[in-house]
Amino acid sequence: MIFLNFFISGISLGSIYAIIALGYTMVYGIAKMLNFAHGDVIMIGAYVCFYAFARYHLNPFLGVAAAMLICTLLGIIVERLAYKPLRQAPSLAVLITAIGMSYFLQNTALLMWSSNPKVFPSIIGRGSFRLFDGALSVSHITALTIGVCLVIMIVLSLFISKTKMGKAMRACSEDKGAAQLMGINVNATISMTFAIGSGLAAVAGALLCSAYPTLMPTTGALPGIKAFTAAVFGGIGSIPGAFLGGLMLGVIEIFAKAYISSQLSDAVVFGVLIIVLLVKPAGLLGKMTQEKV
Amino acid sequence: MKKVLICALLVLAMSASAFGAAFKIGGTGPLTGGAAIYGNAAKNGAEIAVEEINAMGGDVKFELRYEDDTHDAEKAVNAYNALKDWGMQISLSSVTSKPAEATSAENFADRIFALTPSASSAAVTEGKDNVFQMCFVDPNQGSASAQYIAEKKLAKKIAIIWKNDDVYSKGIRDTFVEKAPSLGLEIVSETTFADGNDNDFSVQLTEAQTNGAELVFLPMYYQPASLILAQAQAMGYAPKWFGVDGMDGILTMEGFDKSLAEGVILLTPFNADAKDERTQNFVKKYQAKFGEIPNQFAADGYDCVYAYCQALTQAKATPDMDAKTLCGKMIEQFTTMTFNGVTGENVKWSKNGEVTKDPKGMVIKNGAYVGLD
Repeated sequence: MIFLNFFISGISLGSIYAIIALGYTMVYGIAKMLNFAHGDVIMIGAYVCFYAFARYHLNPFLGVAAAMLICTLLGIIVERLAYKPLRQAPSLAVLITAIGMSYFLQNTALLMWSSNPKVFPSIIGRGSFRLFDGALSVSHITALTIGVCLVIMIVLSLFISKTKMGKAMRACSEDKGAAQLMGINVNATISMTFAIGSGLAAVAGALLCSAYPTLMPTTGALPGIKAFTAAVFGGIGSIPGAFLGGLMLGVIEIFAKAYISSQLSDAVVFGVLIIVLLVKPAGLLGKMTQEKV
Repeated sequence: MKKVLICALLVLAMSASAFGAAFKIGGTGPLTGGAAIYGNAAKNGAEIAVEEINAMGGDVKFELRYEDDTHDAEKAVNAYNALKDWGMQISLSSVTSKPAEATSAENFADRIFALTPSASSAAVTEGKDNVFQMCFVDPNQGSASAQYIAEKKLAKKIAIIWKNDDVYSKGIRDTFVEKAPSLGLEIVSETTFADGNDNDFSVQLTEAQTNGAELVFLPMYYQPASLILAQAQAMGYAPKWFGVDGMDGILTMEGFDKSLAEGVILLTPFNADAKDERTQNFVKKYQAKFGEIPNQFAADGYDCVYAYCQALTQAKATPDMDAKTLCGKMIEQFTTMTFNGVTGENVKWSKNGEVTKDPKGMVIKNGAYVGLD
């Protein structure tokens, strides 16, 4: 039973990684850039939620909606100001800009909200479902996170494969130059990608902080890195891969803590990542694409 | 234009020297970044003390300057060098342990006396005759906690959760584990966490629970502790909780459900609810100026400046003395004097810079700290 309890802990941790990883992987898959500022957009989203319902007592769902709106705008602005001028630049320059943007957002948050940690009120309370006479418990927030992850995953996959905008996104991802020649507005498409990615970040922020309720300007940074790992694990660019990668990373982390050593848990997690990448360099569900010259 | 500039500079220089009859006292601390809460608290506390002392109009006056080190050893050395260029005569070292280990080596090499408010790792003072601490050194907190638990018969079976990438947490844990067996305490579970996996504590708590721990010892800062308390409650696990000075501040977290911390015991040198006049005066001023209740770091910063004031007065030091002369005088004073501050009465220092003062046992009751003794 303890095993199952650990498994559930792993799933709840993993579901948080998964929802953050979805945003990472979506932006990478289309804009082909690692948006390291994603974790910090999550943090901004969480702060907006915090103020919406801890200070102004808005309905939690309105709070999340407000956070989504603000993060979407933020994503578009960040993309326009920091990434768009570098569209033709080498990818290393864009990567460094993204890291810079991450620090910029963290320090802006520090100025605006100070470094004092705030305790985030859960959006749906702290209850849990008790199974088998209370021997197992699954918190409501875990159930909600997994549900939201699944919904986002399905909607995103449908959006990318079925809609016109999605088609444009796939075209940009494959070859920006050719897409432009075919009459696709590449800039608008990439802005749209960032808008969606940042909107998802707001949802991830609310769920992350509902599950682990301390909120500081650095809250998004480390989960962001872990989620990035999860995205690579599942195959970066693949949406179901991010979900699977996130859940597996969470479960491996908790099992490593429980059955190997709490000191070595991160070493084990990253060790598994290295092995997976050695065997399947594109990640679990990633596709190896052969460039034809 | 040039002449005007030179004249202006001269005037500035003269006015500076006219008002310059003050000791230049400098410190580094994390004013931004994840540990900024500690750096700003220590700085604010020191600022209040400097204001009070300068307003009293005695012989000793201070000019205080703090530089940001973002809790990074390399930046701390740069910040220290900036302070040296500014003309720092005595130093407040650094606020947190990692940077202080780096800057205290510089203090030692440059013969600039240092008194750190809160860098508590033993390596800060080790082998340096001119570096002193205002807070307990980590090993002392560990053994004091073990002693306290044994003396008050709080529990026999103990679990420890500590942060293994943090010298503060490790220092306390090491001496606690060393001391516990001789006091008849049994450590039934010992688990760790680190930056990056400090969100989920279900494994650590389950292990403590299945091994029958009656008390969980938490040598860590309050932010992870608040998560541990919340997750334990969700699991339905209710052992006794025992924290150290880093736990101070948990009640002032915005939005924290204070009922979670009910019954948490902690050893800390400073109690903002203490009824004595000095503490009340300090808390009132701090609240008026910075809008929050001072924590232990603020109190340590405040006490550092007052300890300097006392030592400089007793040594009849004047601001025109150079850092090296002051260093000699300060070593002499600090190893012999007794100081009364808001973080303790009859505070004394040993030759190696460690402080002796009584930790106060406190318990959280109805959302407030209450003295235990």
